[in-house]
Amino acid sequence: MSSAPIPTAVRVAGLRLERGGRVILRDIDLAVPRGSVTAILGPSGCGKSTLLSAITGELSPAAGSVEVFGQPVPQRRRDLLELRKRIGVLLQGNGLLTDLTAAENVALPLRTHTDLPQAVVRQLVEMKLHAVGLRAAADLYPRELSGGMARRVALARALALDPPLMIYDEPLTGLDPIASGVIMSLISRLNRTLGLTSLIVTHHVHETLPIADRAVVIANGGIVFDGTPAELQAGRDPLVRQFLDGQPDGPIPFDAAPRTEAA
Amino acid sequence: MAFAQAIRGLGKAGLFSLSVFRASKPTADFWRELLREVYKIGARSLPIIAVGGAFVGLSVTLLGYRVLVTYGATGQVSAAVGIGLYRELAPVLTALLFVGRAGSSIAAELGLMRATDQITALGLMGIDPVGKAVAPRFWAAVLSMPLLTAFFCSLAIAASWFQAVQVLGIDNGSYWQVMKDAVDFREDFLSAFLKSAVFGGTAALVASYVGYHAEPTIEGTSVATTRAVVNASLLVLMFNFVLSAFLFR
Repeated sequence: MSSAPIPTAVRVAGLRLERGGRVILRDIDLAVPRGSVTAILGPSGCGKSTLLSAITGELSPAAGSVEVFGQPVPQRRRDLLELRKRIGVLLQGNGLLTDLTAAENVALPLRTHTDLPQAVVRQLVEMKLHAVGLRAAADLYPRELSGGMARRVALARALALDPPLMIYDEPLTGLDPIASGVIMSLISRLNRTLGLTSLIVTHHVHETLPIADRAVVIANGGIVFDGTPAELQAGRDPLVRQFLDGQPDGPIPFDAAPRTEAA
Repeated sequence: MAFAQAIRGLGKAGLFSLSVFRASKPTADFWRELLREVYKIGARSLPIIAVGGAFVGLSVTLLGYRVLVTYGATGQVSAAVGIGLYRELAPVLTALLFVGRAGSSIAAELGLMRATDQITALGLMGIDPVGKAVAPRFWAAVLSMPLLTAFFCSLAIAASWFQAVQVLGIDNGSYWQVMKDAVDFREDFLSAFLKSAVFGGTAALVASYVGYHAEPTIEGTSVATTRAVVNASLLVLMFNFVLSAFLFR
């Protein structure tokens, strides 16, 4: 008996990405199943965030295609803004508006994209902040928050419109181990309870693999591993082993090799 | 090559200006932002405008008096002050002070928003960053500048009156009557406000453009701030000549 194919949230096929005339990634094929937590791993500068830019439509592919929920990522600005309402993105730098309080930051997408009455917006904001354990910080400005708190406020804001797809770009950068643990458990819990699909772009392997259903490793301009976290950890590929074990010497150059010029 | 780059840059700036107009939608959020920006870039510029206006009034009066005394026409000093202020000095000097105070702050704020991912975050939330961060600043500048110019003129004339009547001994009634006869409401007074609205919009667009497109680094922000002040000041002076040539025939 054949089982029905698992629907995908993101599908990338034959993707080539270039920046400033240089090829960053080539021949990328990726399918992110709905409801999964997929970790996209790789050393710094390998093109993980560039891949993310293609999924959110910030960067147009030089070749290949990117589909989100079965629809190609649109080129038209207005359609792109529509698509982005269905994608929550937690940025590495949080991107909190510094002249707004935590609550105002979370309320921003709700105020812009819905006609909900103020009282309902306020209640929703409280719920989102409560979900990340920061209801008491509603009136604080970003400059008054610690790194971990600011990351959680940004997470609450990314969740404001209940997007079915969440993308996390280096969610642990600059956080201490306790804050990292809190963020990772939040990502896992939110994915499970809200039925989201999560894509985590990171180089923090050991913190991310325990909550991931699937791991993809990017290095040297392409995907070098795609499988379960257990398969990744058992892998013998020298490239994967170098990355997992943090070895300075191996097939991944420490000094970035000059990237291929685009044809 | 440099010429092609300059043309490309002008085209980009033109498209950016169009996008500011397109993104200006009168939503509740827009009005809230507009009010805040009017306070930030308008109301908070009042002190320097006041001081600048007062000293310009004092020095123009003194200069006019020393020139006119040779011809025995010191009574005409308020006419020179009034026409000079409304036609040229007040709109231009207010704009230059505004560029230094508010233009630099617009460029620095937008540059920092770029460097700290705030502009990227807005786009990723499906919110037009130009509509949210640039349009309210542009309209706040267009609205604030004529009011700041009026404030500049008031302070300059008050200082001029003090210098002329209290210090130099010109007759009080004659001072006001000569100014009233010389300054035309439509040609001088309204032109000053038209000019200043254009200068406000120009300063805000230039500052927003360079801040919005700044390199996302601290150095990029600093370069953008300097470029905003230099470019906006030069454009104000150029537009002043063009407007004066058309308005005062």
